[in-house]
Amino acid sequence: MPGTGHPRDRGAVIEVNELTKRYGPTTAVRELSFTVRPGHVTGFLGPNGAGKTTTLRMLLGLAEPTAGTATVSGHDFRRHPRGLRHVGALLDAGDVHGGRSARAHLRALARSNRIAAGRVEEVLTEVGLAGAAARRRIGGYSLGMKQRLGIATALLGDPPVLVFDEPLNGLDPEGVLWVRGLFRKLAGEGRTVFVSSHLMSEMENTADQLVVIGKGELIAAESLVAFAARGTAPTVTVRTPNAGALAAVLASEGATVAPHDEETLKVSGVSAGRVGELAHEHHFLLRELTTEHASLEAAFMELTADSVEYLAGDSR
Amino acid sequence: MTPATMAVPAARFADLLAAEWLKLRSLRSTYWALGVSALVVIAFNANAARADYADYPRYNTVMRAHFAGNALSDAFTNGAAMILILTAASVGAGTVVGEYSTGLIRTTFAAVPDRRALISAKATVVTAVITAYGAVVASVSFAVTQAILSGHGLGLSIGHPGALRVVVASALLAPVSALVGMAMGVLIRHSATTMVLTTGLLLLVPTFFTERYHWTACVRNALPFNAWGRLVQVDYGHMPYTLAHRYPSTVAGAWVVFAVWAGAAAVVAVGVVGRRDV
Repeated sequence: MPGTGHPRDRGAVIEVNELTKRYGPTTAVRELSFTVRPGHVTGFLGPNGAGKTTTLRMLLGLAEPTAGTATVSGHDFRRHPRGLRHVGALLDAGDVHGGRSARAHLRALARSNRIAAGRVEEVLTEVGLAGAAARRRIGGYSLGMKQRLGIATALLGDPPVLVFDEPLNGLDPEGVLWVRGLFRKLAGEGRTVFVSSHLMSEMENTADQLVVIGKGELIAAESLVAFAARGTAPTVTVRTPNAGALAAVLASEGATVAPHDEETLKVSGVSAGRVGELAHEHHFLLRELTTEHASLEAAFMELTADSVEYLAGDSR
Repeated sequence: MTPATMAVPAARFADLLAAEWLKLRSLRSTYWALGVSALVVIAFNANAARADYADYPRYNTVMRAHFAGNALSDAFTNGAAMILILTAASVGAGTVVGEYSTGLIRTTFAAVPDRRALISAKATVVTAVITAYGAVVASVSFAVTQAILSGHGLGLSIGHPGALRVVVASALLAPVSALVGMAMGVLIRHSATTMVLTTGLLLLVPTFFTERYHWTACVRNALPFNAWGRLVQVDYGHMPYTLAHRYPSTVAGAWVVFAVWAGAAAVVAVGVVGRRDV
């Protein structure tokens, strides 16, 4: 784990403990507890209305918990007179005033936290909004540009902890790739990176740790690999003219083999590497050898099926 | 930079003042609101002076004998004061509801979790800017109106008894209104509702209370618009053809009304913002 040896990094942990938020009769978050550690990109997953945004708002002192605590490095965020150097956050790309330019918006934020104006230019360049774009009024920005501005805001104070709520919304494919690289870089520097999403497919290539919630309650907090294992086991597809013979060999290895067509087998309980080795030993010609990973999406759907708030009519 | 390279400097109120000043001057609407309303206020006052100047030859001797009162009421007219109130209150409210209605307030509070310090800084910057606006508008109005009247040799100097009070009271009506608008903005947080209720409070309520009963007169005298009216009416109680005041108000009382409204508005704005969810 990079960065964990650094004295300041060790404390930069998000700790949510028995956190509860009620709005009248509705409970948005119920006795939620989890920990987010430095050096990783941690995905915060849940269907729409699961309580992700409410949790992040309580973490940032924007909403008062009904019960429980949400702390960063052991401190209530509200105890910091200025926040940007402690936690960088993008909660909603729309949380800006459309009448200001991106540069003016960032300069005012930087000034309030006594961050040099030069840092504004650095982050504008980093997110690709330097030059003419920085002078334009934010009201004319696309959602993708606003997301970039929000990310620039989060980076402004060079904080040890970064929180992003649905940062990939509205980004083009190039932007998505860039953001993923950025998150990994930030985590690689030893920072705590916490990213929410309602789409498992977004997290699959972004996060290595997951916190999954549904209807305000914790469903899982574990590594992506462990989470994937909850779903169906990976299957190996192998295509060979010697399908019958290979099937027998694989069965003797203890694998489960299901013939797909004359040449194709679907194998589980054994890795693609082992299938390749066995084929090589027996001089079988392989025309295809692919692993179909357990679909995280499927694992996610299975686990959250009971806690989806808003289900389209015909899926019931 | 790695997470460890940036030391966290002490929080300074001056940083928040600088940031709020940046925010106010980076919005075009600020310039439009203050610029256009300043021209309209000055034009209203100049027009009143022009009308008095044109009518003067037909004034009778009593009216002419009391013309100094006219000259000072032309220096800042009721209509001009209403526009000044609307402008100052909407700019003051705008610094707050402009953040709540757009969601910017969440970005702001995440950057500055010390909400009371932030609103105090906002109130300080708004007070300073709107006081400067009020001072310019009131001073230019006085100079222009008296220059127009000086055509008949009727223009007054700022040294004339009560003249300075007219200018200062009109200038200070602006920050009082701005702070009230800001407090309403913090309380209500919705743009349209804030403006309707602020306009109602500052401009409509004064018209509902007459001097007929003691209690209505008390309410009336305690409102900023009427306090301003008392301060700028230099010949209060000595005007020809008007009834004697049943429950007269005082200049000192009017200044107190200004101070109490401004102070109470600031206390409400800073006090209410505390821990409410945003």
